[in-house]
Amino acid sequence: MTAQVLDAPVRTALAGLLLAMADDEFVLGFWDSEWTGIAPVLEEDVAIASLAQDEIGHAQALYRLLAELEGGDADEIAFGRPPEGYRHARLLDHPRTDWAFTVARRFLYDTADAARLDVLAAASYAPLAEVVAKMRREETYHLLHMHAWLERLADGGDEPRSRLVAALERLWPDALCVLGGIEDDDLLVEAGVLAEPMAAVRRRWLAGLAPELERLGLPGPPPAPPAGCRGPDHSDDFRWLWDQFTMVRRSDPEAVW
Amino acid sequence: MRVLTESEVWAALAEVPDPEIPVVSVVDLGLVHAVELDGDRLRVELLPTFVGCPALDLIREAVAERLAGMAPVVEVEMTFAVPWTSDRITAEGRGKLRDSGFAPPENGLESAFGRRPGDSARQSRAVFTTIPIRPTATCPWCGSDDTALENLFGPTLCRTLFWCNHCRQPFEQFKVV
Repeated sequence: MTAQVLDAPVRTALAGLLLAMADDEFVLGFWDSEWTGIAPVLEEDVAIASLAQDEIGHAQALYRLLAELEGGDADEIAFGRPPEGYRHARLLDHPRTDWAFTVARRFLYDTADAARLDVLAAASYAPLAEVVAKMRREETYHLLHMHAWLERLADGGDEPRSRLVAALERLWPDALCVLGGIEDDDLLVEAGVLAEPMAAVRRRWLAGLAPELERLGLPGPPPAPPAGCRGPDHSDDFRWLWDQFTMVRRSDPEAVW
Repeated sequence: MRVLTESEVWAALAEVPDPEIPVVSVVDLGLVHAVELDGDRLRVELLPTFVGCPALDLIREAVAERLAGMAPVVEVEMTFAVPWTSDRITAEGRGKLRDSGFAPPENGLESAFGRRPGDSARQSRAVFTTIPIRPTATCPWCGSDDTALENLFGPTLCRTLFWCNHCRQPFEQFKVV
């Protein structure tokens, strides 16, 4: 299926999904890139920089799909909006904070993202299915890595464990937003873009995580996500990050790389 | 005028080095998805190794530069039509990697991680069935299999770091993906 044959309402819903996914990856990539040079150990500095670079790359590919679908320029979509124009999940509104917080966020995000990519792998919209096939292979490494860190901190003694638990308790409600806040996902299911509605994807994700959280004695999710999962209101921390990542472009919008 | 052949195009492509690991060419890495000759038009489609690889534009430009003038119209495009996998690296490419101190990827993601990337949600794996399996590598310096994974990530997106317990040297592996 190509962009031309999509009904207008399906097209709008697809554009909303692409923007939400792209903004998630983009904002997470920028938060994690803040560890470059100051990660806990040198090997982790290398790893987190690669994770951040992957996410920015995935965001770029998704912004390009959106530009093909709706017209416009991928860089303009990425950098040309005011903070309230971003549709990332509330999970990405939190600042980098400490290492346990970064591990908790990435673990929740990567596992939710894997569940989301799973239901998009057979998407009837071929340009998206193709990019998702490629992203899933790369995200496998993210899952491996973050799961190793989760175990390490959970079994790492009082301080790492208490920091990890506190971070998970703080982040869980907003993590539910990664698989929420997508409008008209039922239309995307009917059109064969999504294999299941987002609520079902979220249940599948949580059911998959439960045994592992229980094994490690870590807290689980609250019953429902908060209201306002994907903006337009975002935190002051996100507005600070936005100021950072748009600074170069705002200083000279016509500049070429 | 002499007619351009596909094999001449492939020979030219084999002269374009990868910008990050110049011992191997874009053909050795299996980056070339399609070569199409249609009258005046030569079209080459390349597969990105990693979605976020910063060398993609460099690779596309280097290929376009090498092919320039071979046909009146030369198009070089990146495509996600099929996912590039490390299984696409040719036997010759693997030899060149090994000779320059890089371990070639040993097996595809399917066997390395016990998962088929094409799996749909309906046949979905549990979240953690993939986790206990780690990539393995043979030391490119001494040939020992007694090696340990040091870091899944490395100096570029496509590299993984290992340590050889036998000759006690670090080495990099082209990432299994």
